[in-house]
Amino acid sequence: MFDLDRWREIFQSINKNKLRSVMSGFTVAFAILLFTLLFGIVSGLKNTFEGAFVDDAANSMIVRVWKTTKPFKGLQSNRRIQLKNPDYEYLEDKYDSKIDLMTARIFKNFSISYDNKQDNYSVTAVHPDHQFLEKTLINEGRYINQLDINESLKVIVIGRLIKSDLFGEKPALGKRVNVGGISYKVIGIFSDDGGDNEERVAYIPVTTAQKLYGNNNYLSQIRIGYNQDLNLDEAIAFGNLIERDMRSKLDIHPDDQSALSVRNMAEGRKGVDVFMIALFFIVVFIGSGTLIAGIIGISNIMIFVIKERTKEFGIRKALGAKPSSIVGMVVQESVLITTIAGYLGLTLGTYILSLIGNNLEKDYFIKDPSVSQGLVIGATIVLIISGLIAALVPARKASQIKPVVALRAD
Amino acid sequence: MIRIKNLHKSYPIGKDSLHVLKGIDLHIKEGEFVSIMGSSGSGKSTLLNIVGLLDEHDEGDYFLNGQEIKNLNEKKGAVLRNKFLGFVFQSFNLISYKTALENVSLPLYYKGVSRKERQKIALDYLDKVGLKDWASHLPNELSGGQKQRVAIARALVTQPKVVLADEPTGALDSTTTDSVMDLLKDINNEGMTVFVITHEEEVADQTKRIVRLKDGIITSDTINVQRNPVKTV
Repeated sequence: MFDLDRWREIFQSINKNKLRSVMSGFTVAFAILLFTLLFGIVSGLKNTFEGAFVDDAANSMIVRVWKTTKPFKGLQSNRRIQLKNPDYEYLEDKYDSKIDLMTARIFKNFSISYDNKQDNYSVTAVHPDHQFLEKTLINEGRYINQLDINESLKVIVIGRLIKSDLFGEKPALGKRVNVGGISYKVIGIFSDDGGDNEERVAYIPVTTAQKLYGNNNYLSQIRIGYNQDLNLDEAIAFGNLIERDMRSKLDIHPDDQSALSVRNMAEGRKGVDVFMIALFFIVVFIGSGTLIAGIIGISNIMIFVIKERTKEFGIRKALGAKPSSIVGMVVQESVLITTIAGYLGLTLGTYILSLIGNNLEKDYFIKDPSVSQGLVIGATIVLIISGLIAALVPARKASQIKPVVALRAD
Repeated sequence: MIRIKNLHKSYPIGKDSLHVLKGIDLHIKEGEFVSIMGSSGSGKSTLLNIVGLLDEHDEGDYFLNGQEIKNLNEKKGAVLRNKFLGFVFQSFNLISYKTALENVSLPLYYKGVSRKERQKIALDYLDKVGLKDWASHLPNELSGGQKQRVAIARALVTQPKVVLADEPTGALDSTTTDSVMDLLKDINNEGMTVFVITHEEEVADQTKRIVRLKDGIITSDTINVQRNPVKTV
């Protein structure tokens, strides 16, 4: 139902009462602006914290060893702890049902050369599951597989930057590179979201490293991807269990954090989860408070406006205006103002958030703040409906006032 | 045109009620020019408000153009006012943010007349009251007499059956009072029923029938011979 005359009446009324219209619009625009900024900044914080986990699998835990700091069972402190293949197999057998992914890691540094180019790189010896725990993305070729492990093949997967250092634009796949004096075949090239350092790494099979460099069964670390069915609390308990179990197996004092520790991503995530939940409740509280303030603001203004126009309504009714035409006019005007103002607040808020962008990431941990359109449109709709009700209730009351009473109003 | 029998109206004042109209009988025929005279508090404004459907009566019968007025809701009241009645108020009651032309055309908007037609008719009536050149002026740019003439144009624009004027000259000086009364006489001479409320003898003298009201009762109802070439009633 498009009534051009009705719209003319409304635009005239808005135009002739600019201050009033601007004030009511400002209330709504400001409420939506604050709402947008608030939710945007929180989403920015969330992005930062979630980004911290992009690099590695979220269910990852790492068994690390160093030197003992406490004497235990007659053994001296300052004893160097070494993980070995049997430790790996022990964990693999004992906790099979709780483990999804598992890999050992042996850290090495070698000079890698091809043609006349050469440089020093970290080389990590791994099992095939390492790809998923480290979230390694294969660009070309393949990752280390079980056959490479079984046969102790001299194959290597190189990072994107090693490839560009040594090969430039030329193809690298299938070529042989010299790693610390031994020839390896390049079987894959990868990239990693963890940044440049993680793309200047090469991976070789665990068994190959053990056989060629020292001929032992030593491991630097054991990394486990716990079963995704475990909730965060169960995962944390599982990490603690492994820690205690390995300490007793390796004759380490139960509290010797330095000798053996399990770094569990679940613990960090738990902290962030609790933080985000707390933040969420704060934001919902403040956000709805902002909206309620906006709603109360527009209700107040509408009550005042209608009071102020009571005499005008009386005149209109004396001239033949039906109550419905008066209610319709007021409600339409209020909804028009709230819609336009809500849209302005939304646009301004989104614009400010886009200006912020990633500028605040370093100092304030706010990364790419944004709001879902749905959320803000939902908030605007809430305000429009509030504007409608805020106008409808007093307008209906005013439209039912007898003209003789309305005409007396000042 | 207007037939009133034994009309009563009371207003509640705190716990008590004030009996304003105590049984009014009045019959106004088409084409009459009637004034209701009375001091303030006599109930004359209340009578006009009831006749003008701006207020409801408590007891008695009221027929407007043969139609009984009873239990009227706001919507029906609005339609009848728009169709049969035109109002002229003491304080003009023009809408301050609308021009003279827009004020005059407002009743036609509520009648459902198209915009172009509205403006044409409204301009004709402004011309009739001698204010064609003031069509685009806002009320606060007009003198009191001009405002009242705009209000009269607005009252006439829907070609109602009755024009109701509540102290139309109450806010005007004597010169402008005369011009406004001349205008009302002209309208009456064209056949329109005009119903004026006043407390000024000079104003009542210019009408054709004078009804005097005191304490809610009609004390006299006389033909103003001076203004009535043909004797009726």
